[in-house]
Amino acid sequence: MSNKVVHAIYNDDDVLLDAVKETRAAHHHIEEVYTPFPVHGLDKAMGLKPTRIAICAFLYGLVGLSFGTAMMYYIMIVDWPQDIGGKPSMSFIQNMPSFVPIMFEMTVLFSAHLMVLTFFMRSKLWPFKKAENPDVRTTDDHFLMEVALNGDEDSAVEFFKKTGAVEVKVIEK
Amino acid sequence: MSSHYEAPIRKPLVIGEKTYHDITVDVARPVEGRANKLWWRVFAIALIAFLWGVGSMAYTVGTGIGTWGLNKTVGWAWDITNFVWWVGIGHAGTLISAVLLLFRQKWRMAINRSAEAMTIFSVVQAGLFPIIHMGRPWLGYWVLPLPNQFGSLWVNFNSPLLWDVFAISTYLSVSLVFWWTGLLPDFAMLRDRAITPFTKRVYSILSFGWSGRAKDWQRFEEVSLVLAGLATPLVLSVHTIVSFDFATSVIPGWHTTILPPYFVAGAIFSGFAMVTTLLIIMRKVSNLEAYITIQHIELMNIIVMITGSIVGVAYITELWVAWYSGVEYEQYAFLNRATGPYWWSYWLMMTCNVISPQVMWFKKIRTNIMASFIISLIVNVGMWFERFVIIVTSLHRDYLPSSWTMFQPTFVDAGIYIGTIGFFFVLFLLYSRSFPVIAQAEVKTILKSSGEYYKKERDSKENHQSLNH
Repeated sequence: MSNKVVHAIYNDDDVLLDAVKETRAAHHHIEEVYTPFPVHGLDKAMGLKPTRIAICAFLYGLVGLSFGTAMMYYIMIVDWPQDIGGKPSMSFIQNMPSFVPIMFEMTVLFSAHLMVLTFFMRSKLWPFKKAENPDVRTTDDHFLMEVALNGDEDSAVEFFKKTGAVEVKVIEK
Repeated sequence: MSSHYEAPIRKPLVIGEKTYHDITVDVARPVEGRANKLWWRVFAIALIAFLWGVGSMAYTVGTGIGTWGLNKTVGWAWDITNFVWWVGIGHAGTLISAVLLLFRQKWRMAINRSAEAMTIFSVVQAGLFPIIHMGRPWLGYWVLPLPNQFGSLWVNFNSPLLWDVFAISTYLSVSLVFWWTGLLPDFAMLRDRAITPFTKRVYSILSFGWSGRAKDWQRFEEVSLVLAGLATPLVLSVHTIVSFDFATSVIPGWHTTILPPYFVAGAIFSGFAMVTTLLIIMRKVSNLEAYITIQHIELMNIIVMITGSIVGVAYITELWVAWYSGVEYEQYAFLNRATGPYWWSYWLMMTCNVISPQVMWFKKIRTNIMASFIISLIVNVGMWFERFVIIVTSLHRDYLPSSWTMFQPTFVDAGIYIGTIGFFFVLFLLYSRSFPVIAQAEVKTILKSSGEYYKKERDSKENHQSLNH
């Protein structure tokens, strides 16, 4: 009993959203929802926590800024403080305007790439990853809600039929 | 339905009675079908142009930069003109995908994928020029601050050419991951529709195993938003840095503080013109007229008109400041542009960039596909000449009259430029037959709010209700 799940398949995002709310109200545990496009409000209806990926991006940006600044400070001021076209090379702050473009670019570079890598790692996406959507129609126009089955199978199926599902399947996991 | 309310004044963005499945089918059709004769013909022409360009590049690198039309006075001409032109074209893609995302413009959804593809492919073309215009391109890696055996000999971070290296490589790589992240759900759609094991395998790899979980979508949207927030200042900074190549110099005609915003405006201007050119053809040949509508073309034309006007203001500002400055070198630089030996390129640029976008004030013209197409081509010619005029007319006559000269391009200069156009179209044509050219997952999110059928349904329901009350 414990390893059985219900796959309730919907063909409309509004019906799905209502079904998710009803399912939560009926205290069924929603394991996962697969949708072909972002259904706005779905994460809230499911009670998902907000993602913290933007915080990561901010921190990565700080790393990039520090890296760029330290690199140019070391190379231009510490290692070879040469006179190139009369630019003041004896202190960082005096030649700082010339360093701004790269400080900026490094901030963006680190922030963007490390955030995307974080996204790929957290969502477990990589080139040879096998897709895990249980039904191929969920990337086209169907919406699938996977719910843990506890208790009576028939009444659960009946419940999901009532929420507007076009198909309800009980799957042995 | 109530969550999909949209003001009745807004025109539909998806024409016809499309369902979610119809969108899938329409987007997948060009990928799943076979290329027709026309595609092969155009592809062959692009490929020949590309190979011609490869030959010209090989000849340049093998024989020397002296095969170009450059001379001791004019050390930059077609190479950097083309570089700036291609970078500029690339900018519209990021504008459409990032800036219009930040402004929540729903109409961007049907055009962002192709605009981003255009960005990637044109930045690739741009990226060729900084390398092949080097006298010793095999030492190109010396621009990177890599620890080495010359006592660790570093680069000089004061040069805008080095800033270019950082700007262009950051821009290309960030645009690429932005584009690819957006492609994952669409590749997943193609993967799940694939019939042959080969296409199934290919799109499985490309889609990174995207499964469309609620949590994935939540992160996906946040990542898109943050990337848009990063790409917007990036796109402004990249063309700003490109403009620094000129603006930080001491050359009259180059040394102006207006160049950064003016170059960015010009980039948006030429980039949107290129998007218009490409999409007018694409909507026809790929049967996507229900998604890339006249409304889309009109809105792009309006942006062309606005940025064209900004460019016009910049031209007038430059002329005003030159006169107001009291610097005779600066005044002569502009006199030379208007009346010197390159007067024709200056007036061609003025006509194409200042006058042609102004016809977009007429609704008849900006909603006419043929007129939009022609003007978009004119704008790209004009913007090529803008870069040519800025670079060449400022160089060929500056401080010392004894250094005054002329510039004459050679067939190698032209061959490389033609080659990059060919390479661009080779990439774009391959893209249009193997990638989902419309971000179908995004278009599906606006179908109920902006689809013609749903809008009509809603309107008739509302009318019905008001009659009852």
